[in-house]
Amino acid sequence: MIYEPTWIAVFIFLGFVVFTVGLSFYLGRKATSSEGYFAAHGQIPWAVNGLAFAGDYLSAASFLGICGMIAAYGYDGFLYSIGYLAGWIVALFVIAEPMKRLGRFTFADALDAQFNSRGIKLAASISTLAVSIFYLIPQMVGAGSLIQPLLGFPHWMGVVLVGAVVITIVVTAGMVSTTWVQFFKGTLLVIFSFILVVVVLRRGFETSDGDLKSIGPIPRDSIANLQIDDRDVLEPVDGWQEFPELVRLSNPEGGYEVFRMQEMEDESQSELVILSQAQSMTNRADGGKLVDGLPFGDGEGQRELKPVGHLTKLPDRYTPSSAVGPIEFFNVIRDSELVLWGTSIVRHDDGSTTKVFYQKPTEGSRVLRPGEHPTFAGIRGGGTTDRINFLSLMLALFCGTASLPHILIRYYTVKDASAARKSTIVGIASIGFFYVLTLYLGLGAMTSGSLDLTDSNMAAPLLARSMSQWLFAIISAIAFTTVLGTVSGLILASSGAVAHDLIGGVLGIKLSGHAQVRVAKMAAVVVGIIAIMLGIVFKEMNVSYLVGWAFSVAASANLPALVMLLFWKRTTKEGIIASVLVGMTSSLGWILLSADTYQKVYGWDAADAIAPFSQPGIVTIPLAFLTLVVVSLCTKPSEA
Amino acid sequence: MPLDPSPSPERRFNRQLGLYFFAIYLLLYLVFVFTNAFNPSLMETIVLAGLNLAIVYGFGLILSALFLAILYGTLCRNEPLKTDSSKVDPIDGGKVE
Repeated sequence: MIYEPTWIAVFIFLGFVVFTVGLSFYLGRKATSSEGYFAAHGQIPWAVNGLAFAGDYLSAASFLGICGMIAAYGYDGFLYSIGYLAGWIVALFVIAEPMKRLGRFTFADALDAQFNSRGIKLAASISTLAVSIFYLIPQMVGAGSLIQPLLGFPHWMGVVLVGAVVITIVVTAGMVSTTWVQFFKGTLLVIFSFILVVVVLRRGFETSDGDLKSIGPIPRDSIANLQIDDRDVLEPVDGWQEFPELVRLSNPEGGYEVFRMQEMEDESQSELVILSQAQSMTNRADGGKLVDGLPFGDGEGQRELKPVGHLTKLPDRYTPSSAVGPIEFFNVIRDSELVLWGTSIVRHDDGSTTKVFYQKPTEGSRVLRPGEHPTFAGIRGGGTTDRINFLSLMLALFCGTASLPHILIRYYTVKDASAARKSTIVGIASIGFFYVLTLYLGLGAMTSGSLDLTDSNMAAPLLARSMSQWLFAIISAIAFTTVLGTVSGLILASSGAVAHDLIGGVLGIKLSGHAQVRVAKMAAVVVGIIAIMLGIVFKEMNVSYLVGWAFSVAASANLPALVMLLFWKRTTKEGIIASVLVGMTSSLGWILLSADTYQKVYGWDAADAIAPFSQPGIVTIPLAFLTLVVVSLCTKPSEA
Repeated sequence: MPLDPSPSPERRFNRQLGLYFFAIYLLLYLVFVFTNAFNPSLMETIVLAGLNLAIVYGFGLILSALFLAILYGTLCRNEPLKTDSSKVDPIDGGKVE
C-alpha cells in the first residue's frame, strides 16, 4: 500500500514527540545520581509504577504484532495475549517482592545478592544485553512500520527516528523520564484502544466484494483457452507453470490481473470453477517492485495493492451496519463468511520473485478457534512436533515475562516490597484489560477493508484510519510512543548492565554515582545505534513472532536461576553462572538453527534446519534448571 | 546457602499464599494449553451465550488472573517498616554493595 501522510497525523505525532522529549529534559535534573538514573530514587508511586509496567510491557509486539496476527489469522494471535498475561502471574506470586528486596539497579544485583560474585555479574549482564537486544529488534521494526503511513517516510527513517528520540529520553533523564513516558503511554494506549473497540462495535459489519473481480462459474477446462471473459490468457511460463491454479489475464490498462481457481461449494458442479481475483507483487532482481505487472506506485501507469479485509456473507438475523454488543460481535462473525488471504511465491528465471496474494473464503467460526496460523496449524494436523512447538511457545510466554530485565528493574523504582506487589496488580489489571481488547481490535481490523497485505503489523492503526484520520493519527502516535516507552526501558536495562554490572562489578572499576551515570549514557547511545541497525535488517518479520523468541531466551537464561535462588537452599554461585550461560546459549543456538530462522532470516530451505522445532523453551528451560541443580550439587556452597 | 534464612511471619505468609495462588493459576493455564495442543476441536464447542470454549476460556484466564491478583493483594500482610542505616552509600544515597 502507499500511504499519504496528512497534516493532522504530522501535527499530532510531533505533539507527542515534543511532549515526550520535553518531559525528559524537564525531569533530567532529577537523574544526576546513579540512584536517580537507574531506579528513580525508588520514589515512584505504586499506582504510577503499575501503569508504567503496562507502558513498559505493552510493546509493539502487543499492539501491532498481536492485532496484526489476529487480523490475518484470527484467534491464534490471542494465544499470545493469554500467554503474555499469564506470565504476570509468575511475576506477582513468585518474583515481585523478593526482587525488590534483593536488588538495587539491575537484574544482576538480585541474582548476585548473596554471593558477590564477578562471574554471576558477568553472566547476568551478558544475558541482559542478549535478551534486551533480541527484544529491541521487533520494537524497532514496529517503529519503522508506523512511520511509513504516518509521515510518509521510508521504513529505515522511522527506525532511525525512534532510535534518536529514545536515546535522547534515556540519556537526558534515565529511569525517571522513562517511567513517566511509560505511564502516559500505557494509560493512553489502554484508553484509546478501548475507544477504538467501542467504535468497532458501534460500526458493526457489512458485506462487500472487496473491490475484487470474480469470473464464472466457467467450465474447468476453459482455463486452457486462449481467451477468458474476452481477455487474453497469458502463457504460464517463467515460473508461473508451477502454479496451474493461477491464471493471468491481460489488463487493457497495462500489466495483467491474476486470478485463482476456486472450487464450487456444490460438489455436483465439480466441472465448474470460479476465478477469483488475486493480487501480485513482484520483487525484481534489480530491487524494483511491480504490482500485477505494472510499476508499484499511485501515478499514471502504476499500480498499488488494494487494501483488504471483508465479509462475503452475514447471518440473516443481522442487519448490516447495525451496532453489536461485545458478545454478539463474536456470534455475528461465527455465522458469517469472511475472506482471509493466502500466498504463493512464483520464482522467475532472472532471480526475481512474485508473491501472489489470493483470497481464501473462510467460515467465521474458523477464525474464532486455534489453528489457522501456520505456526499453530500443526496442532490440528496432529503432528507431534507441531504440538511440542506449541507447548514450547506457551511455556516460554508463561516463563518469559518474569525474566525480562527491563521489567524486573521496574521493581526498584518503588519504595518497598508492598509497593512492588501493588504496582504489579495495577499492571495486571491494565495489561489484562488491554489484552481482552486485542481480540476485538484484531477481528475488527480483519473485517475493516483496510488491511495492508504486505504488512500485518499495521492492522490496528489502519483499522483506526478506516474510521477517521484523527483517530488514526492519535492511535499511530500512541503506538509510536508505545515503542518509545518499551525501547527506553530496554536501553536503560542494557546501559545498567554495562555501567553497573560489567564496569563496576566485573572489571572492578569503582565509579562515583555521576561517573556511573555518564558511562551508562554512553552505553545507551551504543545500544541504541545497534538497535537501529537491527531494526532495519529485520524489517520483514512479524513483531510478535520476534518477541516470542526474546521470551524464550529470557525464560531460559534468567528464570531458572532466579527461581532456584529463591527456593532451593543448595544453590551455589557456580550453579547460577552455569544455568544462565547454558540457558542463554542453548536457546539462542536453537533459534539460530531453527526452521523459521532458516526460512525467514537466512532465506534457506526450512527442511534443512537442524533444530527439530522452532520454539526452544520446552528443552532449554528445563535444561537450565537441570544445569543449575547438577552444578550446584557438584560445587561447594559459599559460607554464609 | 539459604536466601532469607529467617523470614518474618508476614513474609512467610505472603510467600505461601503466592505459591498457592500460583499453583491454582498454573493448573488453569496447563489445562488450557494442553487442550489446545491435544484436543483443539474441543475449543470449538459452544459453551456460553453462543461463544466457543476458546473464547470463554481465554477471557476466563485473563479475568481469573485479575481476580487472583486482587485477592492476593487483599490477603497479603505488610511487614513492619524498618530502616537500615548501615546500608547507605555515601556517594549517592543507595545501598553499599
